[in-house]
Amino acid sequence: MAETTQAEAAPTEPQARHVIYCGVCTLPPEYCEFGGTAKKCKEWLEKTHPDMHERLYSEEAITASLSTLSVDAQKRAEKDAKKKEAKAAAAESREKEAREQAMVYIKRVERNKRKYVTAVSGLEAHGMDLKKVAKEFGKKFATGSSVTKTASGGEEIVVQGDNSDDIFDWVVDVGGVPEDNVECIEDKKKKSAG
Amino acid sequence: MFKKDISAGAKSKVKSSVQRAIRTKIVETYPLLAPHIDEIIPKKSQLDLLKLPDRVSLYALDNTPLFWQHMDDPIIPHLRVIHQFPQCFPRIGIDRGAIRFVLSGATLMAPGLTSAGGRLPDEGGQLKEGDIAVIEAEGKEEACLVGQLRMGTEDIKEKKKGVVMDTGHYLGDGLWKLNID
Ligand SMILES: [Zn+2]
Repeated sequence: MAETTQAEAAPTEPQARHVIYCGVCTLPPEYCEFGGTAKKCKEWLEKTHPDMHERLYSEEAITASLSTLSVDAQKRAEKDAKKKEAKAAAAESREKEAREQAMVYIKRVERNKRKYVTAVSGLEAHGMDLKKVAKEFGKKFATGSSVTKTASGGEEIVVQGDNSDDIFDWVVDVGGVPEDNVECIEDKKKKSAG
Repeated sequence: MFKKDISAGAKSKVKSSVQRAIRTKIVETYPLLAPHIDEIIPKKSQLDLLKLPDRVSLYALDNTPLFWQHMDDPIIPHLRVIHQFPQCFPRIGIDRGAIRFVLSGATLMAPGLTSAGGRLPDEGGQLKEGDIAVIEAEGKEEACLVGQLRMGTEDIKEKKKGVVMDTGHYLGDGLWKLNID
């Protein structure tokens, strides 16, 4: 990078360098090799920025960067990268599995006679930000909607009024949760003791 | 500083007088940034202040983090700002072997800078203890770490060991990954 001489007057054209960041790991692509998703990063770069891919992953570039490491360090770095990659892959499949099984419950709770609130739990397991979703529900249904702590220590969204059906549709259509993973429950106040 | 993933706390609008003071402080700390400050923080823009853990204040513009400050320490740019204007900051370089340690949040030690692949300023460009330095890496174009020096560059050259930087902001850390929209 050349040192630019400092201009006294502010330049009129934007001077900020435009830097490409990896669409997979968010780092500058030259650093992808240090993350756990190196393989995916490489595929992404090849697809979106073939010229940069060519420059970073050409044989010369790889040999040049490795030659500055001692053989021992090279082996260690390789092992390190493999380990990280395996870890990331395992975490990803675990997450996917958990997501496939995670249930969302939409519970209609009778508060008073004919007064209901709808409690939605389990959205966070599908990668949703509860605060944002609660805000969206509030706007969408023009009603009170907030995130509250549950007795079991988790959090759920409580929406004023009976909006179970609309919330079901939203969770499936917008939230992308498979229908089989969403369950509507009715909770009558003062259940007969069973 | 941001080894763990973080989420931002309360967000508030920065008063225009305070925003002016921040701009002044940034230019004082990084004189070479003066010609570009209007591009980074336009005069009529509205900065947001976000509270981060460990008494760090983050200044953001339209949900883009720009600068952060730990208590009364010097104000420090986000790495994306450094990538936009790299020539405006004092830079030193680590060797390739040190990169993976830096990216995992390890303390930066002197040997990473004094080895053949490292780079320290010559006479005239020395940095003092407490100065903010941007850390570049051998064979890489973009900087990977920024923070306050625990040791001046002359000391680093002389002693060749010891802690150089332990509370910086590095590529892929919690601040890098922070989403504030
Ligand atoms: Zn990547």
